[in-house]
This record gives sequence, structure tokens and C-alpha cells, in this order.
Amino acid sequence: MNFKHKYVFLFPGLFVLIGILIFPIIFTIRLSLSGWNSYTPEMNFIGITNYIRLFTDDPRFWESFFRLSFLSVTTVILQYIIGFALALIVWREIKFKRFFRVIFLIPMMTTPVIMTVIWRTFFHESLGPVNDLLGNLGVKPILWLSDPVIAKFTVIIVEVWQWTPFMFLLLLAGLLSLPKEPFLAAAIDGASPFRKFVYVTFPLMAPISIGAIIIRLIEASKIMDTVFVLTSGGPGTATETSSFYIYIKGLREFQMGYAATLSFTYLVIMIISLTIIAKVLTKLMIKE
Amino acid sequence: MKTIKTCVTAIISALLIFSPVAYADKWSDQFPHIKATGDIPGECSYESMSKKNYKGKTLKINTHAVPVMGEPTALHAEQFAKLTGAKVDVTHTPAGDLYAKAMVPFQAGQAPYDIVFGFSNFINDWKRYLEPVPKKYVEMKQMQDVTPSHIGIASWDGVMYQFPVDGDRHYLKYRKDVIDNPKYQKKYKADTGKELRVPQTWKEYGEMAAYFNGWDWDGDGEKEYGSAEVMKKDDLMYAAFYSRSAAYSKNPKTPGGFFFDLKTMKPLINNPGFVEALTDWVAATKYVPPGGINFGLGDEIGSFGGGQTLFSFSWDDAFVAAMQPDSPINNKVGAAQLPGAMKVWNRTTNSWDEGFNQAPFFVWGWAVGVAKKSKEKEMAFDYLCFFANEANHQADIGIGRFGVNPFRNDDFKADVWTQIGWDKDIAQSYVDTLAQMEESKNRVFPLRVPGTFEFNAALATAAAKALAGQLSPQAALDEAAKQWEDILNRVGKDNVRAAYSVGVAMEDNKL
Repeated sequence: MNFKHKYVFLFPGLFVLIGILIFPIIFTIRLSLSGWNSYTPEMNFIGITNYIRLFTDDPRFWESFFRLSFLSVTTVILQYIIGFALALIVWREIKFKRFFRVIFLIPMMTTPVIMTVIWRTFFHESLGPVNDLLGNLGVKPILWLSDPVIAKFTVIIVEVWQWTPFMFLLLLAGLLSLPKEPFLAAAIDGASPFRKFVYVTFPLMAPISIGAIIIRLIEASKIMDTVFVLTSGGPGTATETSSFYIYIKGLREFQMGYAATLSFTYLVIMIISLTIIAKVLTKLMIKE
Repeated sequence: MKTIKTCVTAIISALLIFSPVAYADKWSDQFPHIKATGDIPGECSYESMSKKNYKGKTLKINTHAVPVMGEPTALHAEQFAKLTGAKVDVTHTPAGDLYAKAMVPFQAGQAPYDIVFGFSNFINDWKRYLEPVPKKYVEMKQMQDVTPSHIGIASWDGVMYQFPVDGDRHYLKYRKDVIDNPKYQKKYKADTGKELRVPQTWKEYGEMAAYFNGWDWDGDGEKEYGSAEVMKKDDLMYAAFYSRSAAYSKNPKTPGGFFFDLKTMKPLINNPGFVEALTDWVAATKYVPPGGINFGLGDEIGSFGGGQTLFSFSWDDAFVAAMQPDSPINNKVGAAQLPGAMKVWNRTTNSWDEGFNQAPFFVWGWAVGVAKKSKEKEMAFDYLCFFANEANHQADIGIGRFGVNPFRNDDFKADVWTQIGWDKDIAQSYVDTLAQMEESKNRVFPLRVPGTFEFNAALATAAAKALAGQLSPQAALDEAAKQWEDILNRVGKDNVRAAYSVGVAMEDNKL
């Protein structure tokens, strides 16, 4: 059948793709070459001035990027470990299995901003219940949000609490889809639960694990709402992440051109680094 | 005949005397917010607004988060809707985002909001997108009572762009029941060898705050602390820093700029005066309540107003909150000008001038304008006029969390405050403090230059790094000064100088 007009049917999808993906990227690149800000609100052309500024005169962006890397890698590793453990628990035949599955998913169903407000209240150093409870146990108040080091871990706690269920859900779905035969073979061979996990479950779960880790890394690298509500990037700049910094430059200081430069650079870095991470994980976790 | 005449006279007199009250009651029954005064006749009173018909129209407002300014905006929106039939949509936005929330649509040529709230120092960036306040509002009786300084704040080149709804300045608030307490005065003297008094300098402030930090000095079973301050980055903390810096850096002998040297446009924010102030502020992190380094304005109001600290300095809100009848420290607080310093930096001689120096900081305040592209300008200005009418204003200034502070001549009379239950001496000290600030010849006004937000954000980030211990005060302010240079280069020194010269003229008492 020679139906030459079949390509016409691709146009709607193509238009949508251009509208929601290609155009914003091209617009961002163009904006990044302009000096658009509050006092010159126009798409003028200033060449690569913003890029020069970013690479030669903006250590704050790079600090925020390395901080983000630490936060996202740490949170995703913790989410993976805890999520996997929880998934293994409810994968087995235990009592109230369905109930636990729902319970484990609750944090993910809540609105991040609202939950972070609640966490902020919990961690309030003079009025919050956490320090109050610790005080009753004779522990001195902990500066959950005021100490530059502890504040990072507070952000990690909230992120892990909020997003471990997502990891749990993906990994549980993976476990439920595994073939039964390898487990039967292992059981016939008398393999211990530990050896079963190491030599059967974990390798079989590797492709799903890689997918889950990459998805969560992408999400975690955009961390914004938790930082915004919990610490506003503080104390000082101790919890400022790349996305929060870009938000400050773009929507608080209104340096739209420069914020576009940061956004595009960040996008390129993320594409490259996530591709490398995916390759490395595949090499490490999937044995031929 | 004489009896009839007497009766008629009595009835007429009674009507004349009591009619305003009866008239007031009519509205205060429906709107308990103004129960203290009832409606007060005027161009934008409840009575006047009830004659307007905006049925079928929608007014969109972007304001600050509840409660500070957000709560009165929503309250008056509800009242306005009831009176005029209009539908009023109020959006609440955190302080740090008010600027962009208006600027994004402004620059895109859109008007998602008819009314935008912000800070009065946005005026330079916003004015081209705002509709000037129409003459009929500028000339109305209600506006005649606004102090000339606040008319000036709301205007640029003689054109009023912002409708006055608030007036602000930073001053010191202290616990009168501690500072004036003979028992504590004796104890403090015995322990430190110094007088316990209203702190005259920031050093005294720090010493007293540190002494009264972390123990239960008011006997309520809870620990109290030295000071509550706005230290949270991006939440107006730059204003708190300028307040602490003014005494060390605003030298009446060296006119021509506080933030920049107007001649050279060299940033002055890393000179020894500012560094001294930041060093004091870093020390203050030891006498704020736990978590105080993350206190925003709302936390500061709640902390001092709730009786948690000995001192506070910022806007009026914390003081008014403390004076509300339901406050645990009602009538136990005092107001005074910001502390001074025993030395002030002289940038001409590059040395310290010894001797007492004090410099009030006029932070200005909340500002609000009507978008030029709004299709409901008349309704928008009517709403603002109603917001600031005399009855609403008198009720609003007595509620600390509202963030509405004195800006009318009548507000500077002690009677206004004693009528809402303040002790006479406290009311007097409050209005005296405000009046002294108005009269001072060594005042500091905030930046109103292109890129204000960038300058303040750079300073706030640097100060926050110092407070968090990430940088030393000198290194932090050097970093801020470097960023100010960069911003100057981007915006253009001449652009900034032209706008800054207006503020400098006010500081140098030439306007």
C-alpha cells in the first residue's frame, strides 16, 4: 500500500513535541544570550557574557551544584535501601500485607509543601515537639535548621520520608513481576535467604533498580519545595541547591537572562551526568 | 411655648450629638472590625462605599501571606465585596516572591492582578507598570493627613504611584517590666558592674541580651531569651542589618551616601562601620531563641510579642502585638529609638570618629499600586481607598499581626493608643519615639534604585553566610561589595546614581 499521506498523521504529535519541549529549550537558549532583568526587560543580545560570568565569577552556583549532588545521591541511596527493604517485607506472605502496602505509600500521597511545613514545625528548635521530646529525655536541643551541617541532614530526612514510598512502589512492582522458576531452583538447591537475595533476587531486580534509581535521581536533582519551605536555603547558603539558586536568580532577583543561562547549563550537566550514571550502574549491577 | 422650644432644641441637640454614633453603629454592627470607632465619614467610608455598585465585576489582588498585610487585605476585600457587590480574589504570596509575582506579568504586558502589594522601595522598578494615583484620591481629605515623608515615599518625581496604606520604621522594643525593674537593675549592677537601662548602644544591647538569655526571668516557667531579630535570609533580613549598621556607618559629618559614595558610586557596605555591625550581629546569634537564626518577620513578631525575648527591633508590628489585650506582656513593653554607637566610621578620614552616634532607619513599608494594564482601575483605587479609610486604619494599627503601622499625623497622638487600652506612659513613649525619628537629622533611608532587589539580595546572602559561620564578617561584606560592583556595572552606574541621589538628598536633609 502506497499511502504517502501517512506522515500527515505525525504532525499533531510533532507539534506538541515542538510546543512543549523544543520551543522552551530554544527559547531558554536565546534568553540565556540576553541581559533580560528588571531594569532592561528586553530580549537584547549580549553574546556569551552570561556564560562567562557563570564559569568565571559565580562560585555560588557551583557550590549549590555540589551540595545538590551530595543531597540527591545520599537521599536516593537511602531511599533505595529502605524502599527495597520495605518491598521485600510486604512481598512475602505476612499478615496485614495490604494494610502495610497502603501505609508505606501514604507519605508519597501527601502534598510535599504541606508536609514540609509540618516537618518544619516538628523541627522548630524552640517550639517544635522533636526538641521538646528530646528535652524530656535529657538531650540538649538540636539545631535542626540552624546548624549548617545538621540542616542538610534535616533536608535529607524529609526527602527520604517523602519519596521512599515511590522507590518502594517501583521495587515492589518489580518483585511481583519476577519469574518464580529461579527461586524454585534456588530452593531446591537449598540456598539460604541471604544467598537467594544476593544471587537471585538482586540480579533479577537490577534492571528495575537502575530505572528506579535514575528516575529518583532525576527527581531528587530538582529538589526545591523542601528546601524552600524548610530552610530557604539557609542557614547562610548551607542547604541551597541548584534549582533553588536558579529560582532566586530568576524569580527573586529577576535576572531572567542569567537564570536561563544557569538553567541551560544545569540541563546539559544533568543530561551528561545521568547518562554516565546510568551506564555505570548498568555495568555494575547487570552481569551478562 | 418655651417648653416646646426647649424640647425641640433638646431633641435637635441630641440628634446632632448622637447621630454620628447611631450612624457608626449601623456599620459596626455589620462589621465588628470597626466597633471601636464605628464608621468615620469620608470619601471612602463604609457609607460611601455602600453606594458603589460593582456587581458582576471581579477585583484581583496579589498580597503578602497571612497575617502580615495579608490578613487585612483579605478582611477589607471581604468587607468591600459585601458593600459593593464586587467579587474580590485575593492571592497570598511570600514576601520574597512579591516582587517577581508582579514583575513577570508586568514585563509580559499582562495584568493578572489589578492590585499588587510589595515594598515601597520597589517603586523605581515598578513605577512604569503602575497607574498613578488619580488626582481625586490624592486630593481627598483622607490623604491630607498622611505625613509628608510618607507622601514622598509613595511618589516619584512628584507623581504618586503607591497608595499609602502603611508607614514603617525600625526602632527598639524592650521589656519594660525587666529593664525598669529595681530588682533586676540591682542584680545586673552587682553581676556586671553596669547600669540596667534602655540600651543606648548596640554594645549595651548585646551585653544585656546576653545576660538575660536562657533563663526564666519573668517567672512563667519557660526560658526567655535576649533578642528576637529577623535573621532569615531573603526574609527582609537585609533591613535588620541596615538598622544595626546605621549607628556605626551613618556619619553626619560625611554626607553623600550611606550605601554608596554618591560621587564615585563605590559601595560602602564593607567599610569598618558595616563590618562592626555585622560582627555584633554574629554575636547576637548566641542570644536569640533556639532557631532564632531562621526567624522571619512573623517569627520575630510572635517571639517578642509572645513574651519570649527581652529585646527586639524591627517594624512596629511586634510592639503592637505585645500591646494587644490578649498578649501575655500587654503594657509591659517600651519603645525607644534604635541603639546608637560610641564611634562612627568616617570614610573621608578613613578612621573612627569617637562619640555617641545614633541614626534612625526609615524602612518605609508596605506599598501597593494599581496595574496600569488593569481593566478595573476605578474599583481598584476605591478598594485601596476603602482599605485605608479612617475607621479601618484605626482598627488595623491596633492589631500587631496586621502589619499596618502609623503614617498619618493623627497616629502620632498618644490618645489614639490609650483609647485601645495602652498605658498612658507607654503610648507617650511610643509616639515620642516615632516623632523623634521623624525629627532626626541623621536618618537612613533604604535603597530605591534600579535593581534594588539584587543589591539587597546580595547583601542578605553575604550577611546570612556570616551569621551561619560560613564566612567572617569582613569576608562576607567584601563578597557583597564585589557583587554590588558587578550589579552596578550591569545596571549602569549613572542609572543607579541618578536614583540614589534622591535618597541621599533626603538623608542629607536637602529634601
